[in-house]
Formats: sequence, C-alpha cells, structure tokens
Amino acid sequence: MPEITANTALPGSPPIPPAHEHPRGLAHQFDDLRQQKEAATLGMWTFLATEVMFFGGVMLAYAVYRGKYAEAFAIGSRLEVWWIGFINTGVLLCSSLTMAIAVYNANRGLGSKTARYLVMTVLLGIVFMGIKGYEYAHIYNEHLLPGNSFDQPSPDATAGQIADFEHKFPDSLRNGGRIFFSFYFIMTGIHATHMIVGIPIILLIAWKAKKGTYTTRYYDPVENIGLYWHFVDIVWIFLYPLLYLIDLSSHTGMH
Amino acid sequence: MTTDPIPAQPIDFDPVESPRDNYLNVNYRIKSWLLTVDHKRIAILYLLGITFFFVIGGIFALMIRLELLTPRGDLLKADTYNKMFTMHGIVMVFFFLIPSIPAVIGNFIVPMMVGARDLAFPRLNLASWYIYILGGVFTMIAMVSGGVDTGWTFYTPYSSVYSNTHVALTAIGIFVTGFSSILTGLNFIVTIHKMRAPGLTWFRMPLFLWSIYATSLIMVLGTPVVAIAIVLVGLERLFNIGVFNPALGGDPILFQHLFWFYSHPAVYIMVLPSMGVVSEIIATFTRRRIFGYKIVALSSLAIALIGFFVWGHHMFVSGQSLYAGMIFSFLSFFVAIPSAIKVFNWTATLYKGSILLATPMYYAMGFIGLFTMGGLTGLFLASLGMDVHVTDTYFIVAHFHYIMVGGAIMGYLGGIHYWWPKITGRMYAEVPAKIAAFLIFIGFNLTFFPQFLVGYLGMPRRYHEYPPEFQVYNVMSTAGASILAVGYVIPLVYLLWSLKYGRRATANPWGATTLEWQTPSPPPTENFLEPPVVTHEAYDFSALSPEVLAGHFPGSASKA
Amino acid sequence: MDQRFQLLPDQASTFAPRVDLLYLFLWSVTAFFTLLIFLLIVYLGLRYRRRSATEVPTPMHGGTALEIAWTVIPLIIVMVIFFWGAKIYFTFYSPPADAIEIHVIGKQWMWKIQHPEGRREINELHVPVGKAVKLVLSSQDVIHSFYVPAFRVKQDAVPGRYTVMWFKATRVGEYHLFCAEYCGTEHSRMVGKVIVMEPDAYQAWLVGSPADQSPVVAGEKLFKTLGCVACHAVQAPTMAGLYMSQQKFTDGSTVVADDNYLRESILDSTAKIVEGYQPVMPSYRNQISEEQVMQLVSYIKSLKNPPREGGSTQFPAAPAPSQR
Repeated sequence: MPEITANTALPGSPPIPPAHEHPRGLAHQFDDLRQQKEAATLGMWTFLATEVMFFGGVMLAYAVYRGKYAEAFAIGSRLEVWWIGFINTGVLLCSSLTMAIAVYNANRGLGSKTARYLVMTVLLGIVFMGIKGYEYAHIYNEHLLPGNSFDQPSPDATAGQIADFEHKFPDSLRNGGRIFFSFYFIMTGIHATHMIVGIPIILLIAWKAKKGTYTTRYYDPVENIGLYWHFVDIVWIFLYPLLYLIDLSSHTGMH
Repeated sequence: MTTDPIPAQPIDFDPVESPRDNYLNVNYRIKSWLLTVDHKRIAILYLLGITFFFVIGGIFALMIRLELLTPRGDLLKADTYNKMFTMHGIVMVFFFLIPSIPAVIGNFIVPMMVGARDLAFPRLNLASWYIYILGGVFTMIAMVSGGVDTGWTFYTPYSSVYSNTHVALTAIGIFVTGFSSILTGLNFIVTIHKMRAPGLTWFRMPLFLWSIYATSLIMVLGTPVVAIAIVLVGLERLFNIGVFNPALGGDPILFQHLFWFYSHPAVYIMVLPSMGVVSEIIATFTRRRIFGYKIVALSSLAIALIGFFVWGHHMFVSGQSLYAGMIFSFLSFFVAIPSAIKVFNWTATLYKGSILLATPMYYAMGFIGLFTMGGLTGLFLASLGMDVHVTDTYFIVAHFHYIMVGGAIMGYLGGIHYWWPKITGRMYAEVPAKIAAFLIFIGFNLTFFPQFLVGYLGMPRRYHEYPPEFQVYNVMSTAGASILAVGYVIPLVYLLWSLKYGRRATANPWGATTLEWQTPSPPPTENFLEPPVVTHEAYDFSALSPEVLAGHFPGSASKA
Repeated sequence: MDQRFQLLPDQASTFAPRVDLLYLFLWSVTAFFTLLIFLLIVYLGLRYRRRSATEVPTPMHGGTALEIAWTVIPLIIVMVIFFWGAKIYFTFYSPPADAIEIHVIGKQWMWKIQHPEGRREINELHVPVGKAVKLVLSSQDVIHSFYVPAFRVKQDAVPGRYTVMWFKATRVGEYHLFCAEYCGTEHSRMVGKVIVMEPDAYQAWLVGSPADQSPVVAGEKLFKTLGCVACHAVQAPTMAGLYMSQQKFTDGSTVVADDNYLRESILDSTAKIVEGYQPVMPSYRNQISEEQVMQLVSYIKSLKNPPREGGSTQFPAAPAPSQR
C-alpha cells in the first residue's frame, strides 16, 4: 500500500506546530493548510464516487428498459425537442467554463473576479433550468407525464377532445413509452436537484470570495464547488444522448 | 512465559491527575451538546439515538416472539404482526445495526486511534447525526401513524402497488438516513487517509481502522444504489410510473437486484466493524499482535470488495437464469475465505498469549463462536441446491441473526465495554457484566439455534400462523428470546450505574497499545495533550512500560 | 401429520434425499469447524491465562504455512459444496420432457391450479406418485413462492412472466404447501396441501368431478372469440409448430419461442416483430386475464407438428401458407 498522506513523518521528525498558530482558514482539526486542502479534495472526490453510484443505479435501470423497450424509447426520444437538449448542453458547458475561470481566479487570489465568474455560473445554471422548465411544461401539455393518464386525454376532457386526441404511442408501446418518460423525469429531475442544491452554495462562496475570505493558499471551497459543478455538467453529458439522441432518424415509421 | 526486556522507547502515558477539563465537563449546557462538533460528543449523541432505536426494535422482536409462541395467530392480528416484523427489521437494520459501531464507537475512537484532534469534517459529522435523527423521525411518524407492512426488503410490486400502508414515508426515512451513513463513511475515509499521526503508516494501523475503512467504502459506494431504488419505489407509489410494476410493463425483479446490491454488502457494514473491535480486544487481552496481521487487515478489504459481487444469491428462486445463479453462488463462496482466515488468525493469536478473561474478551470469544456458526450456515445458503429449499424459511432468519446479532451485536457490546473507561472515565462492574455476557450467549443460542431446525423442516419466514408441528421449536425460541432480553437489560443498568459509582478509570486500564489509550480518560476535547507520534508497529506490547503493564490490574480483573 | 420431534421433513420427492445428503454434509462441516474453533478458544483462553500483571508473551508474526493451509483447505471445502449444490440446482432447472404440465397461478392469497386435462383446484395439488410433474407458475398480483418442503423445492411466482419448477413425488401422502414469499396480510394463510396419489387413483381423481375444459380447449375457444384466428391463419405468422422454434426478428435478433416469448407476444405484441411482418397486432395487455393468457399459451403450445394426440386441438382450417 503506497504512502499517500502528507503528514506521515518519519519518527523523530520535527513536531507538529501547536494548534493555536492558526493560518487564516485553517480548521482546528488540521495541522496545516496543505493537509486541510488534501482532506477537502479527497472528501469531495469520495462524495463524487457516491454520486457516480447514485446515477449509476438509475442508469442501470434505464439500460434494462432501453433494451426491453427499444422501439418505445426511440419514439420517446423523438418526442423530446432535440434543440432544447442541444442548447442546454451548450449552456451548461459554458457554465462549466465560467466555473473553471472562477477557480483559476481564486487560485490567483482575485476575490471579486472569482465572485463575478461564480455569479455568471449561477446565472447560466438558472438559464439551464428555465429552459428545462419550458420543456417540462411542453411535455406536460403533450400528456406525456408518466402516470395513469400518460398519453391519454385528461380525465375531464370533453367527448370531442377525446375523439380528437392523438396518441403518441401505439397501444402496445405505451408501457415502454411511460417508462421512458419516467426515466426522463427521474434523471433530469435528480440532475436539476443537484443544480438547485449547488446554486445557493455557489452564491454563498461567491459572497465569501467577494469579502476576501480566500487566499492563494486557502480557496478549497471554490475548488471543491468547482469539482461538484463539473460533475453535474458531466452527468448531463451522459443524460443528453441517453434521453435525446436515441434515434434522430425522421419518423419513417417502423419499416 | 517470559517478560521481554524493556525497549528503548516505551509506550507510556502518565495521566495528568485531575483537576482538568475533559470533553464531558468542559461545558454542561444542552446547547453545547446539540451544537457540538466534537466527535466524542457526537458519538454520545449517536449512542443515545441507537440505544433508543434498539429498545424500540427489541420491543417489536418480543412481540413477534410472543405471537409465535402458539401456532394460532392469537395475540396480534395478521396485519399487525406483519407490521411488527417489518418495523423490527427496518429499525434494527437501518437505525441500529448500520450506525451502531461506526457511528458510536467509530466516531469516538477513529480520530483518537489515528492520533488526530477530530475527524476531517466535524461539522459534517454533526450534520450526519441530525440527518440520522431526521430519518428516524420520518420513520417513527410512519410507525405511529399506522406502520408499514412490506418487510424490510420492500419487494415490489407489493411495496410499490399493493400495500396500503405508509411505504412512502418510511422510504423517505430510510433514504434520508442513508445520507447519514454516506457522510459518516466519507468522513472516516478522509480521516484515515489524511489525518494519521506521524509514523502511523498503513500497516501500523490498528485493525479496527482497517475494518472501519473497509466498511466506509461500502457505505459510500453501496448506499446510493439502495437510495435510488427506494426513490423509484416511492415514485411508483405516488405517480404510477410503472418501473417495477409488471402491469405497466415494469420488472419487479429489477428492484431486487438494486436492493440487494446494497443490502448484501450492508451485512458487511454491520459485521466488519465488529471484526475490527474483536481484533482490538483480542490483541489487548492476549497482549499479542494479531496473528497474520497483514492478512487480517487485507481480508477486511477483500470482504468489502467481494461483497459487492454476490447480491444475486438472494435470488436463486426468483427465476433468474441458471447461469446467473451459478456465478453468484460461485462468487459467494469466496466471501467465506477471508472470513475463515480471520477466524483462524484470531484463534491462533490466543496460542501462548497472556490472556485476561475480562468482559470484552468474553464478548470477543462469543463473537468468534457465533460468527463461525453464522458464517458456516451461510454456506448452506450460497449452495444452490440447498438454498432452493431453505431460502425464505426460518433457516435464513437464524443464519442472519447469527451474523447480525451473534456477530455484530456481540462485537458492539464488546466494544462498548472495552472503550467504556475511555468514553466515560469510569470502570463498569465486572461481575454483572460477565453474567450479562453469559446470559446473552445462552439466550441467543436458545433463541436462534432451533430456528435452523424448524427452517429446514419448512417453516417459512414472516408467518403469523404456522402448522402445530413447528411449535416446539418456537417455544424454545421464545424462551431464549426472554433470556436474551434480560441479558440486554442488565448492561443498561450497570453501565448507567457506573457513570456515578464506577471506579475511576486510568488512562490505559487494559494496558493497550493503540493511541486512544495514551491520553487521559475521559479525553480532553482536543484528544491529546500533545500530538502523538507512532514509532512502533501495531500491538507491540513489548514496548509498553512495566508501569503501564503492572499498574492497572491489581490481582485479578474480576474484582471490579 | 403428528407432532413428533423431527429433524428432517418427510422425504417425498427425488430431490429430497439428494438435498438431505448435502444438508448432512454441510452440518458436519459446520459442526466440525464450530466446535473446533469454539473448543480451541475456550481451551486456549483457560490454558494461557495471564499469570502476572507484567507478563508479555513472545511476539509472533504469523506463519506462512499455516496461512496457506487455512486458506486452501476452506477453499477446497467450499468448492466441493459449490459443485454439489450446483449439480442439484442444475437438475432442478432441467424438467424432463415428458413431465405432466400443471398450471399454477398465485394470487393474494390462494393458489389456483389447473391440470392439463382441465380439472381445477384451489390450494390443493393432486399429483401422481413416480411421475415427473412440471409446474408453470405465474402470479396475477404480487410475487409469491410455491414451496413444498417435503419435496425440497421452491420457486417464486412472479407477476408478468412464467417460471417453472418440477419434481417427481416418491411417496404417497399429504404434504404442506406454503407460500414462501411474503405477499401481504394473509401471507401465512396462503397455504395448502400437496396430495400425492397412486397413478390409478390420480386418474380416477382427474375425472372424478364434472370436468372443466382443459386449458388447451379453452385456449382454442379464446383464439376464436378474440379473433386471433382471423389473422394468424392468413397474413400473420402461423402458430403451428411455433412453440420452441427459433424466431428471427426485424432487428436481426433471434429467440427460441418459449412460454415467456408467447406470453410477451400476446401482451406486448409489438415488442418483437418477426422478420417479414408488420407490427399491426393490437396489445392484449389488461384485456385478458392471467388465466386466459395461460390458456392461449397452452393452446399455441399444443399446435405442435405433428399434432398432439386427441386430435381436437389441430389448427383450425386454412393451413398456413409458407411462413416467410
């Protein structure tokens, strides 16, 4: 097992400085800023490992049904508005860029610049979720919300509306279609939840950055929220093809 | 028996005599407890939480055993009984066993064992306690408002479509508690990686740290998968999304895969920490380095790793393919190897040791015996042709109680006794402790051994009523459960008693070598008076100064 | 059954002695090692009690030979157990071709059973001694598990698919039938009896009550009333000889047309489209009951080439044109 720790000194090495000599930002349980930074970074990576397993579980379930209901999933993906996913991918990538710039500035000790780019990241995140909300509304209006009335006229519809209702899925593919849209909402919903959790934290860190809390030696929170945000971004990079790009061929019917 | 020459740099701690501040008396206000970031105080908070849930779960267990005293369902109605065993399982697994050793003993001991002032993320640690309590509150609300009757396994489509009980609320409770588990594991991983004292290399680490490390890996990597599975069940109940509902094209077996992917390794979350505790106890009370230390350390990691690939052995009769069954069975047998290695190494450590049969050692020896039994009966279940007959019978119930109660709880109680002087600064009373340990061992075997037999005869688990020919075994089981209950109540009494009347503990009452004993009992808030440095491999008893060896055991240990 | 103190349940199937032998072997291993370890720790614990407070035993760092021994020996033992158990399981998964096929549907909280000749029963299963019996299980609500301890067999009945189990009873008598997978409030009352009879008595029993239609006949009627026959004799794939034949689909994949395939094709008709056909068949999900699905499947299975004895199940009229 290789030695990984920084603080493992050989016996007889100089004693650790007493705890009361506190550099700015050093928590009481750590010996020095380097140890603290390494701990924070490892902590975040461990957390991301948890996240990978979390999304991994739902993607596994997705894969099972994608195999089982390939045709329904293809129809489902064509019912998504592909350019919405495309634009959102771009928006999110830009937010990752601004996040990276924020971390870069934090590293150089530029607090207010860091704050500015963090706020831009948040704004892009909000744009992403706005577009997402528009898409949710669209899918809702198409009667594609999973549940009992999936791809059916609403329960209070008039006889005429029922007669005019155009089903998106043939009867025998409706179950597969419902499952596709269930996964659509679960996966994008969990993804959006991660953004909703991230945004206030970014704002808090931006405020602290503006205040000048961070130094060139201590800016772990900026770096770690950056890791988190990039992770959220990468999840989307997986979700986009899984949900939107299954089958872009035009509606040629089945054969 | 010879006494080795005293080495150049003895492990020696001369406790600073009182008056002094320790983590307990530094502040008495309730706020100082509820907002504490001290890992030791958080451990105490956890201790209160899990003791509460242990009592709740224990009451459910007694109700179950009383009902099963007679073949007819005469004490409880069928659905009440179903709720009893469901809530017994949920409370005991998610709110007692999983947090027990890691969150109580681990929280207290891990930072001290690595020689740190605290865990890497103290505020996160406090947050995980609140999350645990929040999850507990959800679950308790579900229970008092009518309960849940799906079994702790939540099999779909019963849980997701057919049950009329509070499944969603309970699912939220478990989901929330899962995060507490994840955050605790994360904290341990980072602490063990980054905060070890100078000189404490990986292979100088006490075995408890190795087992906690392995446990934490499972917590971090397994828990999220069951979290998502439970989210899907909840969504299916609320919105009819159809993912596990065959009537809507879903696959109920997929749930079982997701569930057991976590819940099988979760068994190792429960038993690995106990193994770590047992290693510590055996080393200290034999004054020996654990035989084959490196292999024992690595076997913890091996168990954690292999444990992730055997979940399908819960599903041999679910209709999964023959070949899946073969592979899962084959892999399951490989968990037996590291477990066997541990048992043999512990036993070998006793050979020519200097053994003190104090209460923790009673529990450790009880653990080895019961865990061996539990592990070997696991071979029945891993074996395909045998599992077809015994799965979902009382054989299974007996087997996993041997692991979880005979294993995990014996280890937990052993650990509580072993570290009690460190945690409270008081010695518990040795005589009642030994009586309780003995009662627990007897009561446990009487409760669960007959269940192997009645299981093989074919009594299915989760039965409220059963054919009369099974009664004799059930009577034995209920009798044993009564003894077990008494055995569990006694420690509650004398441990509380010791808080006020117990003999004051010295810094190192057992003559142990690990770092947590090189600071006063109870420790100061910052754990160590000066930062420790490690210059010895783990369990080097020859490095103990004769004062430490001699000072704390006047005569026999049993004179408490 | 009397209340005598038993350690093994009745042995009433060909599986029972095989499983019991493995059981005894496993208990021998368990008892040997548990006692070995337990007696050793008690003995060593007493033998090497601490004599003086300052004594420190000679340190010991393990022995490679010992470590190898207690890695390899358990490994050998568990591999023996693995192969032994797997062999029994393999038999359990391979029902003989001539087995009597009985349909079992689990529902909260009863077992509904139908024999191939048509006789139905609830919570009781009559079977002849000495003949292989294959049960095709399904469930119309939650997961159940069909468990006969005296036979040492158990199989989950899973909604939405068929599972199969088989046994050959070896002793006349009445045995417990349990539901072994928790299925809700009255789970512990989802119990019944398996009655093993002499073959003659079984035959007599089969015709003993006013006979129901056999599932094949009922399936044939359904095939007509549901209108299946309108297409499946003309522009859709024919059913004759379909069962257990290789099917090739439009996406290039192939599958053997077993019970689960037939079931899926009825319920999710366009999930797999046979090469050369259009996905035009409507779905029958939620249109017909679990039992009706089973009858249709039975009927389709009966359309083997050559036709099954008894004649009446021959495919109606219009011999199909070549299949592709």
